[in-house]
Amino acid sequence: MKARGFVGDAARRLSSNPAAVVALYLMSAIIALALLAPWINPNSAETLDWAHAAARPGMQSAHWFGTDRLGRDLFVRTLAGARMSIAIGLMASLISLFVGVSYGAIAGYFGGRADQVMMRIVEILSGLPLVFFVIFLTVIFGRSEYLLFLSIGAVGWLTMARIVRGQTLSIRQQEFIEAAVASGASSSRIIARHVIPNVVGPVVVYATLMVPQIILFESFLSFLGLGIQEPGASLGTLVAEGVGEMETAPWILVVPGGFLAVLLLCLNIFGDGLRDALDVKET
Amino acid sequence: MIRYFFLRLAAAVPTLLIIITATFFLMHEAPGGPFDQEQALAPEILSNLQRSYGLDQPIAIQYGRYLKLLMHGDFGPSFKYKDFTVTELIAQGFPVTFTLGVIAMALALSIGIPLGTFAALHHNSPADYGTMSFAVMGIAIPTFVVLPFLGLLFGVYLHWVPVAGWESGSIRHLALPVIALALPPLAYIARLTRGSMLEIMRAHFIRTAFAKGLPAHTVIFRHALRPALTPVASYLVPAVASIMTGSLVVESIAGLPGIGRYLVQGALNRDYTLVLGMVIIYSALLIGLGLLVDLLYAWLDPRVRH
Repeated sequence: MKARGFVGDAARRLSSNPAAVVALYLMSAIIALALLAPWINPNSAETLDWAHAAARPGMQSAHWFGTDRLGRDLFVRTLAGARMSIAIGLMASLISLFVGVSYGAIAGYFGGRADQVMMRIVEILSGLPLVFFVIFLTVIFGRSEYLLFLSIGAVGWLTMARIVRGQTLSIRQQEFIEAAVASGASSSRIIARHVIPNVVGPVVVYATLMVPQIILFESFLSFLGLGIQEPGASLGTLVAEGVGEMETAPWILVVPGGFLAVLLLCLNIFGDGLRDALDVKET
Repeated sequence: MIRYFFLRLAAAVPTLLIIITATFFLMHEAPGGPFDQEQALAPEILSNLQRSYGLDQPIAIQYGRYLKLLMHGDFGPSFKYKDFTVTELIAQGFPVTFTLGVIAMALALSIGIPLGTFAALHHNSPADYGTMSFAVMGIAIPTFVVLPFLGLLFGVYLHWVPVAGWESGSIRHLALPVIALALPPLAYIARLTRGSMLEIMRAHFIRTAFAKGLPAHTVIFRHALRPALTPVASYLVPAVASIMTGSLVVESIAGLPGIGRYLVQGALNRDYTLVLGMVIIYSALLIGLGLLVDLLYAWLDPRVRH
């Protein structure tokens, strides 16, 4: 029998989960579509086609998914919004990942008093409705996209910190850490070279599950008018626009709303599949 | 246990105070003020306004005054909604938001728990897969997409219910907002219950109960369900937080006169007192709920009591 590595094993288990496989393909197709949109459809996201304002969708017309009140092509705008949402989802996840992993590893590795204080802070923060905190940040520092990345990312790190800390606590007990201490490695070196590589499994799973959460959160803020501003588009602003038109021109709501729903559904199903494949316990 | 409860209670007060302080100073540090308008006000008018609201005083004195008012249950006057105090604004909207939230929470618990239990007892059956697919949809699809889609289907096309409006809380007007609000926590609770129920059903004490010859429903309801609900109990605070956040969008989509709109509008308008009042109400609710959940936890799992 051929020995299989950790990654190969997980990939095999993942590919035997039909829902996760379908989600992965669909998700890849959506992301590819979002990235390639400018080459697929000649319409630009901000061109106003007054002759076809609020046009119905149809394959024969110049605008496959219809247009909004100002005659902007919905297909192109939705995909531009998706691009923005995905970019923010990835950026903010990276920030959360970085902050959460370092924080959790430090708390877990040093343990004792430092751990208690650090985790108490996490506990207090996660007890609060952090949406309100982000609303503050966006209001106080103005509505910029960088800030949006930063403030969403700053909120998302809590779960990650908790998971990494739990893992680190058990890793710390193991002999190879003792060996590293005995050979005179510094704490920061041990954390970076020995602890963090060993928590990769759960971190990958939760990072995957974090992306849809962050996309949801960003689109929620944009929906409230606190995120991406006109003429820029994120899926949240497009849905907000569609809600106002839903009785007369429902496609303005259905196209971006459906797109957002499918994207988030795929990301979640894929994340769940990955969690089962890597056999990570929720804590 | 009682000692533990009072310790938590004692810790809740400084937590709330820290939140109040942080919000107060952050709001005042923010660029712009409550009297910013398209056309700048004449300096005399501005200084008069600022004097009447006490904004000309040093920030430390403003902070002290605010705390003193708060002790008397007064959140101060609103800056933007002239002639209204924040207490009045919140008192007007709160019943709406509260009704909505309580019904949604009740719905989430009373459907989520049985659904999760059912799925666990029929592990790997079509019913289980169906429930879990429904759960992943409930978790993944945002409230502000679910509600307009429901409105489009049941309001615009089928004409069963109105798309928006309050009408002093008639069931027809509340149905869709409540369903949309309840869906994410419902899905999450179903998932949690299923997971912990699957685990508990494999425990030794359940095997013993079956071995004694107890009927299945006694084992499930008397022995398994209570310990299986501990993860649900610890999810209660996040669930309420999720309903609170959800109510921000639900109220704006369905045009309900709750307090949700005050938070976003208040923050954009730099309505210091209104935002502070909202943050205090929300935080106090969540912290108080956290205390209740601690008690519930001790009831569900006797090991916690010691």
